Amino acid sequence: MNIAVSTIGSSITEWIRYIGQLSLLFAQTVTSALTPPFKGYRSLIQAQRVGPGSFAISALVGFFVGMIIALQMAYQMVQLSAELYIPNVIAVALTRELTPVLTALIVAGRIGAGIAAEIGSMVVTEQVDALKAFAVDPVKYLVVPRFIALMVMLPVLTMLSDLIGIWGGYVICVYKLHISHEMFWKMTFHALTMKDIITGLTKTVFFGMIIAVVGCHHGLTVKGGADGVGKATTTAVVRSFILIIITDCLITFVFYFLLNV
Amino acid sequence: MIEIRNLYKAFGKQMVLNNLNLNVRRGETKVVIGRSGVGKTVLLRNIVGLVRPDGGSIKINGIEVTDLSEKEYDRLRMEIGMVFQGGALFDSMNVADNVAFVLNEFMNLDRKTVADKVRDSLSLVGLKDVEHLMPAQLSGGMRKRVSLARVLCMEPHIILYDEPTTGVDPITAAAINHLIIELRNKLKVTSIVVTHDMNSAYMVADSIAMFYKGQIIADGAPEEIKNSKHPVIRQFIHGEAHGPITEDESLIFGHVK
Repeated sequence: MNIAVSTIGSSITEWIRYIGQLSLLFAQTVTSALTPPFKGYRSLIQAQRVGPGSFAISALVGFFVGMIIALQMAYQMVQLSAELYIPNVIAVALTRELTPVLTALIVAGRIGAGIAAEIGSMVVTEQVDALKAFAVDPVKYLVVPRFIALMVMLPVLTMLSDLIGIWGGYVICVYKLHISHEMFWKMTFHALTMKDIITGLTKTVFFGMIIAVVGCHHGLTVKGGADGVGKATTTAVVRSFILIIITDCLITFVFYFLLNV
Repeated sequence: MIEIRNLYKAFGKQMVLNNLNLNVRRGETKVVIGRSGVGKTVLLRNIVGLVRPDGGSIKINGIEVTDLSEKEYDRLRMEIGMVFQGGALFDSMNVADNVAFVLNEFMNLDRKTVADKVRDSLSLVGLKDVEHLMPAQLSGGMRKRVSLARVLCMEPHIILYDEPTTGVDPITAAAINHLIIELRNKLKVTSIVVTHDMNSAYMVADSIAMFYKGQIIADGAPEEIKNSKHPVIRQFIHGEAHGPITEDESLIFGHVK
C-alpha cells in the first residue's frame, strides 16, 4: 500500500515538474519569438517540412475516417430511417473533434518525433553548445521556428483533412447509402456552422504548440548518446499524445460549458 | 587576459574542477595537458560560459564573467572562438554555410564578401573546393579544420581549442599546429589549447599547464615542463603506464596520497 502511494506520489511530482519545465520553455519561446531580430525564413523552412510532408498521410487518414463514420452512423441511422442526417453527423464530428485530434496525433508522431531526434542528436554532437558558443540562443534558433511552423501548419493540415474526410463520407453516403449528391451537400452545409470549424481549428493551434514544445524540450534535454536520443524521441511522442488528449478535453469543456459553443 | 582563481565545478558528487588557478596573458598560447576525461574540456566550457562554475572567479579582459547574464555573456562570446573536439559542425548545412555561420547570423554582408571570407578561412586551414560538401561527407580531420575555419571567420581575440590534433593524421596535425602558431604571431590571438598530444604541446605552447585532480599542478615554459622532476608530470609526458597517476586512479577523487 505504502509503495503504491509513494509511486503515485512520485509520478504526480514528476508530472508537475515536467509541466513546469514545458511552461518555462513555452514562456522562453514566446518571449524569443517576440524579440527582434525576426528571421521568418527559418519558420518557412520548418513549415515546408511540416505541411507538405504530412499532408498525404493526414489526408489519407481523414478520408478513411470520413468513410468509417458514415458506415458506423449508417448502422444506427438506417434502423431509425434517418440516413439523411448522416452527412450532418460526419461534418460536425469531423470538423469539431476527429480531424483536429487525429491530425495532431499524426503530426506528433511524424514531426514531433523528428524534432526530438534532430535536436537531440544536435545536443549529443555538441552542435547546440556550438550555437551557444557563437552567442546564438538555441531557443530562438531551434525552438521558435518549429513552434511557429506547427502553430500555423497544423490548422492548415486540419482544414484540408476536414475537406477530404467529408469527401470520404460522401463516397459512402452517395455510392453506398444512395443519398443524392445534392442532398449530401445540402445536409452537410446545413449542419456545419462557422463556429464548428473555428472551434476545431482553435484546438489545433494549441496542439501545434504542444507538439513543438514537447519535441524541442525532449530534444534539448537529451542525456547520453544514440540511446538517449531514441528514448527522448519515444517519450516526446507518448507525452505529446497524452497532452493533446488532455488539452482536447479541457478546450472542449471550456467551449461547451463556458463559451457555449 | 584570462585570470582564473579558485575555480570549483562539480557534477553531482564528482568534483571536476577543484580550486583551479590559471593565468593566460594577452597573445599567449597556453597548452593545458592532462589525462582524458579529467575535466580539461569542462575548464574550456566554463571559460566560454557553456557551464557555470560552482565557485571561484574567471576574469576575461578584466571582466568578471561568472555572474554575467546570458545576454552580457553573448557580447563577450563574440570575441571568443571555440574549436570543439568533434568539430560540432551543423550537419544540416554545407561547409560554406557552416563557416559563414557567424557572418550570416550577425553581420549584414553581401554574398560575395561572405563567399570571399569563407574561401579565405578555408584556405587558411588548407582546404579548398569543399564549400558545397556536407559535414557527413568530410573526414574527421577535415571536420576539425572546417570547425577551425568557422572560428577564424569570426576573427576572435581568444581561441579555445579542445583537442585540435586528436584523431587527425600527422601531416594535418602539423598543419593545425602551424596555424595556431601563425595566428599567435600574426594576429596576436590568445589561445588555450587542451591536448594530450605532447608533440603538439611542445610545438605550439608559450607555456604548458599540467591539469591533475581538478587543479593546475604546474605551469611553466615547455622546457621547464619537459625537465620537470614532478613524478606526475614525468609519468604523463613520457607516457609511462606505471606511476603516481595510475596508482591514484583507484582513490577517491580529491584525496592526496
